[in-house]
Amino acid sequence: MIDNHTLQAQNLSCIRDDRVLFSGLDFTLKNNQVLLLEGKNGSGKTSLLRILCGFREPDAGEVRWCGEPIESVQYRIDMAYVGHLDGIKKELTVLENLTVSLALAQVGTHNIQAALARVQLAGFDDVPAQALSAGQKRRLSLARLLITHNALWILDEPFTALDKQGIALIEHLMAEHCDQGGMIVLSSHHDLNLPTTDVQRIHLA
Amino acid sequence: MSLATAFFAIIRRDLLLALRRRSEIANPLFFFVLVITLFPLGVGAKPHLLQAIAPGIIWVSALLAAMLSLDSLFRSDFDDGSLEQMLLSPHPVSILILGKVFAHWLVTGLPLLLIAPLLAVFLGMPNESLGVLLLTLLLGTPVLSLIGAIGVALTVGLRRGGMILSLLVLPLYVPVLIFASNAVEMAAGGLPISAQINILIAMLLMALVLAPWPTAAALKMSVS
Repeated sequence: MIDNHTLQAQNLSCIRDDRVLFSGLDFTLKNNQVLLLEGKNGSGKTSLLRILCGFREPDAGEVRWCGEPIESVQYRIDMAYVGHLDGIKKELTVLENLTVSLALAQVGTHNIQAALARVQLAGFDDVPAQALSAGQKRRLSLARLLITHNALWILDEPFTALDKQGIALIEHLMAEHCDQGGMIVLSSHHDLNLPTTDVQRIHLA
Repeated sequence: MSLATAFFAIIRRDLLLALRRRSEIANPLFFFVLVITLFPLGVGAKPHLLQAIAPGIIWVSALLAAMLSLDSLFRSDFDDGSLEQMLLSPHPVSILILGKVFAHWLVTGLPLLLIAPLLAVFLGMPNESLGVLLLTLLLGTPVLSLIGAIGVALTVGLRRGGMILSLLVLPLYVPVLIFASNAVEMAAGGLPISAQINILIAMLLMALVLAPWPTAAALKMSVS
């Protein structure tokens, strides 16, 4: 089980090229919860996720993790991010990619072989990542979430390039993560099918 | 995992990547050899002149070769998102960067060091100064990589940062060039060189300690 955590955003706003993407945004996310960001293209979903990752400073407001600012090391231990860029080296094999990811983080619940089996990439260990299809690459980057220790998943459009079966698989992993006390912030155009999980929605206009 | 594991995993990863993209290793080395072999053809049959300017030729070529290779330091990591993952690691980013710069130096700096004696003989450099040339390259090229890393980190987010990169980095390379080529020249004349070598050692230590911090800060700016 994962300890009690909270992700709290207060009065967040983001301005890009003189355009206010969002302002006065508040939310609190607790264990077992999912926060789904909705909105059309260019509405600031990715900007918000990058603020939550600490890549971007909010133009106003602040984000706190268990009461601490997100610059703290604890936040980087507890958080994992899968963005538009998958962070996979195409010249390295599947196994080498995951070994590096694991070395950069804390050890998680699954070992590499188990994680590959979960995302249906078992047997692909020695395949160079450039030989994988787009959907397989996506599943490989999601396997990173399983092998490393984390409580909060930040996922930017995790379902792109995945087939129906892949989407169901990821939804299953997400539900499982939340059941174990984890929390997830994600943006998606796809309708989430998480019947047993507490899903909050923020619509960015 | 521990910081040491992460440090060595980064070095191992970058060496593996270099091994699988061999042209990256070959390019700076090829440039270095090419420039130095073209000099005698341009200068003509004047062995004394060549001998006199040999330290300068070798060091200027090494400096330009180092600068050419800089862009590959963070480019592919920036493009495929590995850099974001590195910045999100709980480990201190500056240490991870030190690992990356070290791997980059092993791939682009060390080969120059290995081929330099051959080229020095080719330019007719006296034997007494060969050892000093190697020593200055050993101390100087890591400084070039470390200082260059700051410049690349600042420009990696720009689409055409090449020109700005050379403008940023070249002035900072000049002291290394001056002290290193001067040391080789003095050694050829049989003069003491401990002052120049001490300054190069000081520069290397300072760069090792101070360069990773601004590099980390600049990378954070580049991904935002």
